[in-house]
Amino acid sequence: MRKFLVYFFSFWALTVVVGLSVLGLRGSTSRKPPLEVFPDMDHQPKLRPQTVTKFAGFADGLSSRLPVAGTISRDSAWELNSFNTGKTEDGGWVDAMPVPVTHELVKRGRERYDIYCTPCHGAAGDGNGVTTQFGMAAVAKLHDERLIKMSDGEIFNTITLGKNLMGPYGEKLDPKDRWAVISYVRALQLSRLGKKEEIPDAVQANLK
Amino acid sequence: MSDIFPKWTNQLPLMAGVAGAVLGLTAVAGITYFVTPKYTRVGYQPKQPVAFSHAIHADQLGMDCRYCHDDVDKSWFSNIPSSSTCMNCHSQVKKDSDKLQLVRDSYASGKPIPWVQIHKVPDYVYFNHSVHVNRGISCVHCHGEIQKMEEVYHAESLSMSFCLECHREPEKFIRPNELVTKLDWKNEGFDGKKAVHDWKVQPGQSCSTCHR
Ligand code: HEC
Ligand code: HEC
Ligand code: HEC
Ligand code: HEC
Ligand code: HEC
Ligand code: HEC
Repeated sequence: MRKFLVYFFSFWALTVVVGLSVLGLRGSTSRKPPLEVFPDMDHQPKLRPQTVTKFAGFADGLSSRLPVAGTISRDSAWELNSFNTGKTEDGGWVDAMPVPVTHELVKRGRERYDIYCTPCHGAAGDGNGVTTQFGMAAVAKLHDERLIKMSDGEIFNTITLGKNLMGPYGEKLDPKDRWAVISYVRALQLSRLGKKEEIPDAVQANLK
Repeated sequence: MSDIFPKWTNQLPLMAGVAGAVLGLTAVAGITYFVTPKYTRVGYQPKQPVAFSHAIHADQLGMDCRYCHDDVDKSWFSNIPSSSTCMNCHSQVKKDSDKLQLVRDSYASGKPIPWVQIHKVPDYVYFNHSVHVNRGISCVHCHGEIQKMEEVYHAESLSMSFCLECHREPEKFIRPNELVTKLDWKNEGFDGKKAVHDWKVQPGQSCSTCHR
């Protein structure tokens, strides 16, 4: 019996050690795709976005389809009005934004600005965002007189399509969000233009 | 008879019992430990075609997740950014780096970069990002501390019990909605119970919530 126990447990311990060293512990990283124990109906023949499809009709293999040439999606901002383009009917820039500026809009604008514009233009619009330390050059300072005087429509166009060295943000910001961002940019600009007298009395007292 | 069955065979039943019990318990322990998504999925870290680092972009540069994953708060699907998103900066930053060759090629040709997908729920599960991230549920609960990862790996099991753990007690996880993408946020005095009540957060637990 003794002999049996010795042999048996040696064998057992060896199996466990070999097993653990082959399988590893939970959470250890692995390059291999997860093992599927029962793949049930995990993979159904349906299209998921941004994957490759073998469907013969889609020769390029993209599951996220681009619009057919010459068409637009119904829920896109297709209508050529000043809200969607920043332009007036005769092709000039819209001077002031075509949406009412509310507290909500500016708040939304601030959130979107912080996400999409701060990396380059900086939190306060000084053109000193973090990327400028890594070689991003020529970032505009949003407090420039030229940009303060610029019409809302032209800034709208810059956000939608980009300008010179700045990439387009129309895909990431729908028209409403673009106007919201502009309202916040205007608020940033105003914050530097105010006069001392305009500061409420309660705050004046704290100024040095 | 003792000629046919030597004496030690008297202990055969006992030996078989011991061996059976030990092997049985080992098998049960092994299966509970290994045959679960906590083992099979967690840690999956495929080699990506471009050495993109969340630690640089999200932590060091402080970029918001939504700069790149911009559909996450708008739709069920959280997109992987197109190469034009990368080129907003990399047209100037590190513009000659070898590591970015594929990004530049993809931008020029329009052919997507073949990123390897890491997180995926089975096709019979209905999942939706926007309902979570617009209701104060942070990426960190389901994806781990992405902002510290040089290379993304699967950090949570994403099994059914994982989803239900939170759907039963959202007050333990919920946070102010503007902080959803601040993955390192620590709860200091935010009242989850009150938020769940005030915002009427009601994660479903019936089967048709996620299987529809
Ligand atoms: C990746 C860096 C980057 C980001 C992000 C960025 N910009 Fe710019 N922006 C630039 C650069 C560079 C310029 C200067 C372009 C030039 O004149 O070559 C610029 C210029 C501008 C200008 C002035 C354009 C003109 O007419 O001279 C405005 C207005 C502007 N950006 C607004 C924004 C807004 C609003 C956002 C957020 C939605 C934003 N930018 C995000 C890099 C960036
Ligand atoms: C500069 C753009 C960028 C930013 C900012 C960014 N990501 Fe990503 N993310 C990517 C790219 C590109 C991939 C695909 C490559 C990879 O998996 O590393 C990715 C992959 C991921 C994945 C894995 C996707 C899969 O295949 O399952 C998750 C999860 C993720 N990101 C979460 C986040 C979170 C959370 C943040 C905010 C802290 C964030 N990302 C910020 C670009 C970005
Ligand atoms: C907001 C600007 C910005 C965006 C957008 C951006 N990056 Fe970067 N990226 C940087 C900066 C800044 C660095 C760090 C450079 C350094 O450390 O000197 C960097 C570094 C890198 C590096 C390392 C390069 C090297 O040679 O060490 C890679 C690879 C990279 N990024 C890939 C990407 C990919 C892929 C995307 C798109 C999903 C992307 N980046 C989007 C700003 C950006
Ligand atoms: C409630 C859990 C949960 C939260 C919160 C969550 N995710 Fe996800 N995420 C998932 C699941 C589940 C998947 C796999 C979905 C699928 O099958 O396509 C996923 C997939 C992804 C992917 C890969 C998409 C693909 O198919 O390549 C990215 C990128 C991602 N998430 C980013 C984010 C970001 C960024 C946030 C925070 C703003 C976030 N997620 C918050 C659960 C979550
Ligand atoms: C950390 C918490 C958390 C985790 C983890 C989580 N959820 Fe949720 N989920 C919520 C909350 C909170 C809501 C409710 C939002 C509301 O009331 O609007 C919700 C809502 C949903 C909804 C929408 C229900 C409806 O009525 O339309 C679906 C679907 C869902 N979750 C699926 C999942 C799946 C699948 C997983 C696992 C991969 C998961 N959730 C993991 C917190 C979570
Ligand atoms: C919060 C979302 C959620 C709810 C509610 C939910 N499930 Fe699931 N269920 C999941 C997810 C996610 C998976 C995939 C698990 C995995 O891949 O590990 C799953 C998987 C399953 C599976 C397949 C298990 C397997 O491994 O083959 C069955 C069966 C199932 N669910 C039944 C149910 C039933 C019955 C209910 C109602 C009592 C229910 N589910 C409610 C999210 C949910």
